[in-house]
Amino acid sequence: MRTLQPIALWVSLGLFGLAVACQSGPSTDNVSPTAPNTTIPGSSTGITYQSTPLNFTKPANFPDPVYDLAKNPLTAEGVDLGRMLFYDVTLSSNGLISCAFCHIQGSAFSHTDHPLSHGVGDKNGPRNVPAVQNVAWDNHFFWDGGIKDLDLLPIAPIENPVEMGERMPNVLARLQNSNKYPALFLAAFGSKEITSERFLKALSQFMITMVSANTKYDHYVRKEAGGDMTAQELQGLTLFKQNCATCHAGELFTDQNFRNNGLGVNPNVVPEDLGRYQVTLNEADKRKFRVPSLRNVARTQPYMHDGRFSTLEQVIKHYATGVVDNPSLDPLLKKNGQVGIPLSTQDQEAIIAFLYTLTDFSYVNDPRFGPIR
Amino acid sequence: MNKQLFLSLLAALMLSGWVIACKTNDPAAQATTGPFTLQLDNVVGNEDLVLKTGRYTNSSGEEFRVTTLNYYLSNFRFKQANGAEYVVPQDSSYFLVKESDKASQLITFPNVPMGSYTAVTFTIGVDSVRSVSDIGKRKGVLDPAGSATAANDMYWEWNSGYIFLKFEGTSPVAPVDATGQNTFQYHIGFFGGLVTKTLNNLKTVTLSLGQQPAVVAENNSPQVTIKADVQAIFGQSTKLSIAQHPAVMVDPYSATIASNYSQLFRYDQTRQLNHN
Repeated sequence: MRTLQPIALWVSLGLFGLAVACQSGPSTDNVSPTAPNTTIPGSSTGITYQSTPLNFTKPANFPDPVYDLAKNPLTAEGVDLGRMLFYDVTLSSNGLISCAFCHIQGSAFSHTDHPLSHGVGDKNGPRNVPAVQNVAWDNHFFWDGGIKDLDLLPIAPIENPVEMGERMPNVLARLQNSNKYPALFLAAFGSKEITSERFLKALSQFMITMVSANTKYDHYVRKEAGGDMTAQELQGLTLFKQNCATCHAGELFTDQNFRNNGLGVNPNVVPEDLGRYQVTLNEADKRKFRVPSLRNVARTQPYMHDGRFSTLEQVIKHYATGVVDNPSLDPLLKKNGQVGIPLSTQDQEAIIAFLYTLTDFSYVNDPRFGPIR
Repeated sequence: MNKQLFLSLLAALMLSGWVIACKTNDPAAQATTGPFTLQLDNVVGNEDLVLKTGRYTNSSGEEFRVTTLNYYLSNFRFKQANGAEYVVPQDSSYFLVKESDKASQLITFPNVPMGSYTAVTFTIGVDSVRSVSDIGKRKGVLDPAGSATAANDMYWEWNSGYIFLKFEGTSPVAPVDATGQNTFQYHIGFFGGLVTKTLNNLKTVTLSLGQQPAVVAENNSPQVTIKADVQAIFGQSTKLSIAQHPAVMVDPYSATIASNYSQLFRYDQTRQLNHN
C-alpha cells in the first residue's frame, strides 16, 4: 500500500505531462464562454472569469429571432461590456461621438434632432438615423440592407468618415491600452485580449437585449392588463391591417423587404440616393428602401430614408395623396390604376391613433439600456 | 534501493512514452508531406511591375502608372499526375497578395502530401461562404476590422463584402481627383449575394504547372513562380479604357473587369529546392 502511492503519483504525473505536451496549441478560435465561474489560471489581477449566462426570452407574440445566439451566447458580462462600448466616445476619431450620440434612448435609439445622421466634425450623412430595437429579428440592416449580419454592423458607422470617422485598429488599440477595458474583456471572454470578434460580439450582445415589446398594442394582443384600446385605436388597427400591414407586416411591423413607396426625387440630395440598387446593382432595386418597423414610430421622427417628413400626419398624407408614380413604384401602391392608398381624413386620424399604441414607454426609459453610471 | 530503481525506471518509461506519443501525433515527423511554395510575381507584359515610377501603356494605348495592386487568392487545390488531389484545409486557404508587401507574394503550403503535381487551382477573391461567415471565422487577412497595424482596405463595411482585387494608379487620360492627380481606381468585389442575387465576380483559375511536374519529396520541395500580368486586367478582346472607365467599384462594369482578370495569372517556372 505504501509503495503504491508514489507509483500512482508518478503515473498520474506522467499522464499529465503527456496530455499537456501534446496539445496542438492554444485555442484562440473559441470566444464563447467555456464554463461559468471559472477562474483564469495565472490571472494576477484577482479578476475572475465569471461569465453569467443570460437567457434570451422572446416576447410571446414575436416570431423566433433571426440572430444565431449559439454563435454568441449572451452573458451578463458580455452585455455589460457591449453597453459600455455603446456609450463610449472613444470609438470615434474626435472622442465626441458614441453610438448613443445618434441612437438616443428617448427616441427608441433613433435621432430626432436632424433629418439626416450627424457625425464627427458636424458632418451630415446621407440618410435618416434608424431606431435600434428588436435587432435580433432583423435579417438586414440599414436603409439599403447592405449589412446582413449584426456582428459586422458596428464597423460601418465607426469607419464612416461622416459618422464616427475612425478606423477599427485604432479603436481596438485604444481599448487595449485603456485602464478599464482589458478587465472587462477578461470578465466577458476569458482573457484580456481585445479582438475585433470580441469587440463586435459584445456590442451585438447588448443590442440583442434591446427588445421592445411592451406597448399598449402588445398588451392588447397578449390579452394583458393595460391593453384596453379606444374605439378610435381599434378602428385604426382595422384600417392598418387593411391598408398597411402587407408591408408593415407581423408583430415587428415590417416584412423586411425593400420597396419604392412613391417618394418623389429629393432635389436636395445630389447625387440621387438609389437605395437598394447601390447594394445589389439590380435595375429593379432602384430607389427602393427597407420597410422600417413601426414600433415606437411616434418617437422616431423624422421619417423616410431622407428624413423628409417630420410628423406622422405628413407620412399618412403622403400615402393618401402624395405618392408619386414611377417605374419602380411598389404595385401595392398602385391598385386598379390608382396611385396611393385612399384614406379619408378620419381614417388617417384613426391610423395615427393606432400608431401611438406602438410606443413602448418602458423601452425608452429602461435603465438597463441607458449609460452605465 | 530496489524501490528507487523501480521508480527511476518508471519515470524513464513515462518520459519515453511522452516523447513517442508526441512524435506519432506530429504529421511532419511521419514525412509523408512537405512544403509547396508559390511565388506571385506581378508584371506588366514583359516588364516587372514597379509601383509609382514604372510607366506602361495599356491595350487601349493609354499611358499609366500603378500605385496599388492587391488581390485575394483562396481555395487552393493541387492536382497530381495520377489524378490525386490535395485540397488545402479551408481555414488555411486565404491569402492577400500586395505588390507593396514582398512577404505577401510568397505563399507556402506546409503540409502538401508527397507526390508529383501538374496543376494548381484557386479562386481570385473570397468565396461566398466565407464572405458571409461568422466574424469568428474571419481571422488574419479576412478580418473586416483589419490588423493591429492597418485597417482592412479590402473590405466594404457598408455593403458587407470583400474587395477581391484592387488596382489603382495614375494616367494622363484619367480625371483629376481632389489631390490634383489624374487617378484611376478599380475595386472589384461582389460574391453573388446572400439573400438577393447580385453580380458574382468570383473567378476560379486552373494553371498547368509546365512540362515537368512539381515534386514534393522527402528532401525536395517545389517553388512555383506564377506571373500576374496587369495587362490582363486591361484585356485584349474586351478592352478596359481608363479614359472611359476611370473608376469602377460598385458598378455593373465590374463584371467586365473581373472577366478580364480571370486571365491575370500564368505559370512561369518551377524550382526544386533541395533540403539536404
